Amino acid sequence: MLQKKFGEDVSRAPIAQRGQKVEKSEGEGIGANIKVTIDGKELRVPVGTTILDAAKQLGIRIPTLCYHEDLCVAGVCRVCVVEVEGQRTLQASCAYHVTQPVAVQTHTRKVRHARRHVIDLLLSRHYGNCYACGRNNNCELQALAKEYGVDFFRFGHLEQPLHVEDHSSHSVFRDMNKCVLCRRCVRTCIDFQEVGVYEAAHRSEETKIETFVDKPLADVVCINCGQCINRCPTAALRANDQTDDVWAAIDDPTKHVVMQTAPSPRAGIGECFGLEPGHPLTFQLNTALRLAGFDKIFDTNFAADLTIIEEGTELLQRLYAALVLKDASTALPMFTSCSPGWVKYIEHFYQEYLPHLSSCKSPQQMFGSLIKTYYAQKNNIDPASIVNVALMPCSAKKFECNRPEMCASGFKDVNYGLTTRECAKMLSEAGIDLPKMTKSDFDDPFGTATGSGVIFGATGGVMEAALRTVVELVTGVKVENFFDHADIIPVRGFEGIKYAEIPVKEVGLVPDLVKHLFQDWNWLKGAAIKVGVCHGTSYAKKVLEDIKAGGRFSECHFIEFMACPGGCLGGGGQPIPTSPAIRAARAKAIYSEDRAYSVRKSHENPAILQVYNEFLTDGPCGHKSHELLHTHYIPRGKFIP
Amino acid sequence: MKSSHEGSVTFKSAEADFGLTSALGKSRSDIIAEISKSNLKGRGGAGFPTAVKWNLAAAAKGERKYVVCNADEGEPGTFKDKVILADCADLVFEGMTIAARAIGASHGILYLRGEYAYLRRSLEDVLARRRDRKLLGKAIGGKGDFDFDIEIVMGSGAYVCGEETALIESLEGNRGEPRNRPPFPVDTGYMGYPTVVNNVETLAWVAMIMGKGADWFKKTGTEKSAGSKLFSVSGDCERPGVYEFPLGVSIAELLKEVGAEDAKAVQVGGASGVCLPASQFGRKLAYEDVATGGSIIVFGPNRDILEVAANFLEFFVEESCGQCTPCRIGNYKLLETVDMLRKGCCSMNYLKEIRGLCESMQLASKCGLGQSSPNAFLSIIDNFKDEVMGR
Ligand SMILES: Cc1cc2nc3c(=O)[nH]c(=O)nc-3n(C[C@H](O)[C@H](O)[C@H](O)COP(=O)(O)O)c2cc1C
Ligand code: SF4
Repeated sequence: MLQKKFGEDVSRAPIAQRGQKVEKSEGEGIGANIKVTIDGKELRVPVGTTILDAAKQLGIRIPTLCYHEDLCVAGVCRVCVVEVEGQRTLQASCAYHVTQPVAVQTHTRKVRHARRHVIDLLLSRHYGNCYACGRNNNCELQALAKEYGVDFFRFGHLEQPLHVEDHSSHSVFRDMNKCVLCRRCVRTCIDFQEVGVYEAAHRSEETKIETFVDKPLADVVCINCGQCINRCPTAALRANDQTDDVWAAIDDPTKHVVMQTAPSPRAGIGECFGLEPGHPLTFQLNTALRLAGFDKIFDTNFAADLTIIEEGTELLQRLYAALVLKDASTALPMFTSCSPGWVKYIEHFYQEYLPHLSSCKSPQQMFGSLIKTYYAQKNNIDPASIVNVALMPCSAKKFECNRPEMCASGFKDVNYGLTTRECAKMLSEAGIDLPKMTKSDFDDPFGTATGSGVIFGATGGVMEAALRTVVELVTGVKVENFFDHADIIPVRGFEGIKYAEIPVKEVGLVPDLVKHLFQDWNWLKGAAIKVGVCHGTSYAKKVLEDIKAGGRFSECHFIEFMACPGGCLGGGGQPIPTSPAIRAARAKAIYSEDRAYSVRKSHENPAILQVYNEFLTDGPCGHKSHELLHTHYIPRGKFIP
Repeated sequence: MKSSHEGSVTFKSAEADFGLTSALGKSRSDIIAEISKSNLKGRGGAGFPTAVKWNLAAAAKGERKYVVCNADEGEPGTFKDKVILADCADLVFEGMTIAARAIGASHGILYLRGEYAYLRRSLEDVLARRRDRKLLGKAIGGKGDFDFDIEIVMGSGAYVCGEETALIESLEGNRGEPRNRPPFPVDTGYMGYPTVVNNVETLAWVAMIMGKGADWFKKTGTEKSAGSKLFSVSGDCERPGVYEFPLGVSIAELLKEVGAEDAKAVQVGGASGVCLPASQFGRKLAYEDVATGGSIIVFGPNRDILEVAANFLEFFVEESCGQCTPCRIGNYKLLETVDMLRKGCCSMNYLKEIRGLCESMQLASKCGLGQSSPNAFLSIIDNFKDEVMGR
C-alpha cells in the first residue's frame, strides 16, 4: 500500500491532485505490483506509485520544483517532465501515477530541452540577483539553474521589479518578484493548516499568488505559522529579518542583551551549518552566542517547566471546579496555549472556544516577563536596559512578542523573536563555525532545566511533560512506576491526532507547592485523565469540530494543540528544507536529549522551586503569577478592520 | 449533400426522439457497439473516438455517473454549437440521454458558455417539455433502472474552461484550471465520479446515429473520418455561417462554397489550429489530414499575416490559465517575438531558439491549450516565410 501523507485525510486538495485510487489491477489484488522501466532499469511498484517515486527508488534523479514531499501534487512547474512510451506529450513524473506497466526515459533530447526551457522561462520573469538574496545557496531555482548549466538568459531577464514587497506582517515577509508560482504556499496553507491565506489570482502572465483581494498580509487572516516559508523554493516568502536590530542592541554598551534558546532551534540549527538533521548543538550554541556578544544565555526550558507547573495547576483547578464544585461555567477540555500560531488560529476561527484556552503565556513570554522583573531585581539591573531576545523555531513568536498585552513587566517583555535561520546568519556573520565550538553551560540563576522542557519541541511533548508532573503531584508516586523511564509513549509520534487515557488509581498527599489551592485529591481517585494531542491546524480543526459535535474529544480534559506539523521542531523558523524525514530526525534528537537530563520532571527543577520561594510567593496560579505569567485572548473573528 | 450557411441540414431533418427510442430498445453494450461501429469521433476538436470514451466510463466503478455536454464553445471562430443549441436542442438532449443510458449515468449537466446566457430560457423550456413527456426524470421509457435528468450550469467566459478537466473544476466551483491526467474524467470526473464529457455536436450525431444506424452515418466522410461535420466559417468571405460538409472535403471546395476563392490564407481549427496558405488549399478537412473542431477563418489577400499571428497570441496570453510554466510564460515570449518580427528586429538565431521553445511548449504544457498554442505561430512562420522575414 502507498504510504499516507501527513494531512492527506484532512486535505482539501482537488480530488485529481491527491493520490490515485488504488484499485484491483487485473486479478492481482489490491496493491498489485506493476513493472516500471526507467532508463532501461526495471522495478516493480504498487499501483498508484508515481514515476518520480519509482525513479527515486532506482536512484535515478529527476529534478523537481513545484513538488514537495509534504504536499499534494500540483504538476504545474513542468520541470520534472519525462518521456513515457506511447504518450505524445511529456508527462510530469510527480503527477503520473502508474496504473499499468510503463517505460520511461528521463533525459532524452526532448526532456532536456523542455526542462531547460522551463528554467529559462522562469528566470526570464524572476526579478533579482542571486548574490543579493536571502536564500542565496539555499534556493531551488538557483540550484536548478546550476544543474542545467544556465549561463545566460535565453529569454531575457527583468530589469525592473513587477510587484511591491509586503512588509506589513510581523512574521512573514513577501516578495512576489521572486515567486515562481509553484503554489506550494497555497497548498501548505490550505492543506496543512486549513487557513487558506493564499490563492492564485488572475490568469496567464498576470497570475499572481494573492491574499484576499490582495490585502497586505497583516490585514488578512494569517496565523503567522510560517509553514509557507519553509516550503517556498525561493526567497518569495521569508521570515521578517530582525538580525540588524539585535546586532544594534549587542553593539550598544548600555544594553544588557539576554538570549533564551528553545530546544527545537538547538536541534535544528546544525542543518544550517552542513550537519545532517538530528544533531543538537545546545551547549555549543551557548559558547557561540557568548562569543557573538550576548550577555546572558538562558534556557527556555526553564520557562517551559514553569509553564507546566502553571498550566498543570490550572488544569487541576478547572477539574476541581467542574467535577467537585459542578461549576458549569468552567470550560473543559482545557487547550494548551504555547503555540502562538494555534492561539491566533483559534482567535480567528473558533472564538467561541477561547475560554478553553489555558490562560498561561507561552514559555517565551513567561520568561520574558520574569527576566525583566525577577532577574532584573535579583541582579540590580535596570529592566529598561534589558533587551530580551528569544531564539525560537517559530515565525509566529515574532507576532506574539509584539502583542500589546505582552508587557506585564512594564516593558516589552520580549524584544525580539529570532528564528533558527536568523541566528545561524548572525553566527556566520560573526565568523563562528558553530559545530566546532566547545560546550558550555547556561547562565545562572535559571541554570539547566529538565527533560520535560526539552520535549516541548515535539508534538505531544507538552502533554507528556504535563502528565509527568500532574500524575506525580496527584498520586505522589513516581511516574516511572506507570511508564518505563517516564516515557509516555501514547502521546508521542507524528500521527495527526492522538488520544490517550491515564487512569488515576491511587491518590497521595497534596504537595506543598499547591497546598494553598487543594486540600486533598480524593475527588480524583479512580478517575481517568483523558487527553488529546494534535498538530497542524487542519487537524486542530478536526478536533474542534469533533468537540462541537460532542465526539470523543469533547470528553477530554486536556488537549495539546500545535500549529505546526511535528510541533515546534517543524516550526516556520526552522532550517529549510523540511520533510517528514528531517522532522523525524529532529524529534529523535529531542527525545534523546530528554533522556540525557538527570532531572526530567518540571516540578523537580530546583530553579523553579526557588522562583516560587523567592518571587512568586503566592504560588502557582497565585496573584503574582497571574499578573506576570498569564494572559488573555482576543476574539478576532474573520473580519479585520 | 446540400449545404447551407444556416446550420445543419441533417439535424433539422431529424425525426423527434427516433434515436432515443431505438437506443431504449437496445442493451447498453449494443448502444456502445453501434456508436463504435459508426467510427464517430469527438467533434469538440480532439477527435477522440466516442465509443472508446463511453466504454471506459461504462466500465468505471462509481455510485453515480455523469454525462456532461460541453457547450463552452470558446475557440475563436466557432459558433456551430450555438446554432445547434438554438435550432436542435432536443437532439442534443436526446444524445445526452442516450449517453447516460449507455454508461449508466443518472445526472447530466449542460455547461453553457457564459455569452450564451440568452439561450438558457429556451433550453430550460425544452428540458421542461422533455420532462413532461417522460423523456427525462424517473424510469425513462418505462425502464425501471433508468433515471436521468439534465441541469444547465453557466460558464463565465474563460476559454480554458472548455478543456474538459478545467470544465469539471469550474463545475465544482473551483478556479477553472486543467487537472493532472491520469486519472481521466471517465474514471475520476465531476466530484470524483466517472464522467463523460462530450461536445454538443458529438451528442447530436449520437442521436442521429442511433436513429438511422451506423451504416447510414458511415456513408459520408472518409474511411478514417466517418460522417459529416459542421463548420463555422468566418472572416473574408461572401457567405459566412455554419455549414455542414462531409469530412474529407477539401479546403478549396469549402472556400468555393462560402465565396472566398481569392483567400490568401485559412486558419483551420481556431486559434489553436494551423494557418494554411493557398498552396495547401487542396488538403482535406479530416482527422487524418487537417483536423478541426470546426472553426474556419478566412484571410483575404490584403491581410497582414503577422497581425494575424499577433492576434492569436494575444488571445493565448489572455486565456492561458497561468498554471504551468511553458504556457504561462511561453505564449508571452511568442507574442514578444511577433512584435520583434513586425519591427524587423528578430535575429534568425533567436527565432531558432523560439522554435525550440515552441516544441517544448507543445510537449511539456499541462493541457491542450499550451500544447496547441504555438501551432498558429509555427505554421505562420513556416508557411509565410517571405512575408514574415521580409521586414
Ligand atoms: C483549451 C481547450 C479548450 C477547449 N474548448 C472546448 C470547447 O469549447 N468545446 C468543446 O466541445 N471542446 C473543447 N475542448 C475539448 C475538450 O477538452 C474535450 O476534448 C471535448 O469536450 C470532448 O468532447 P468530444 O470528444 O465530443 O469532442 C477544448 C480543449 C482545450 C484544450
Ligand atoms: S497549458 Fe496553459 S492553460 Fe493549460 S494548464 Fe498550462 S497554463 Fe493552464
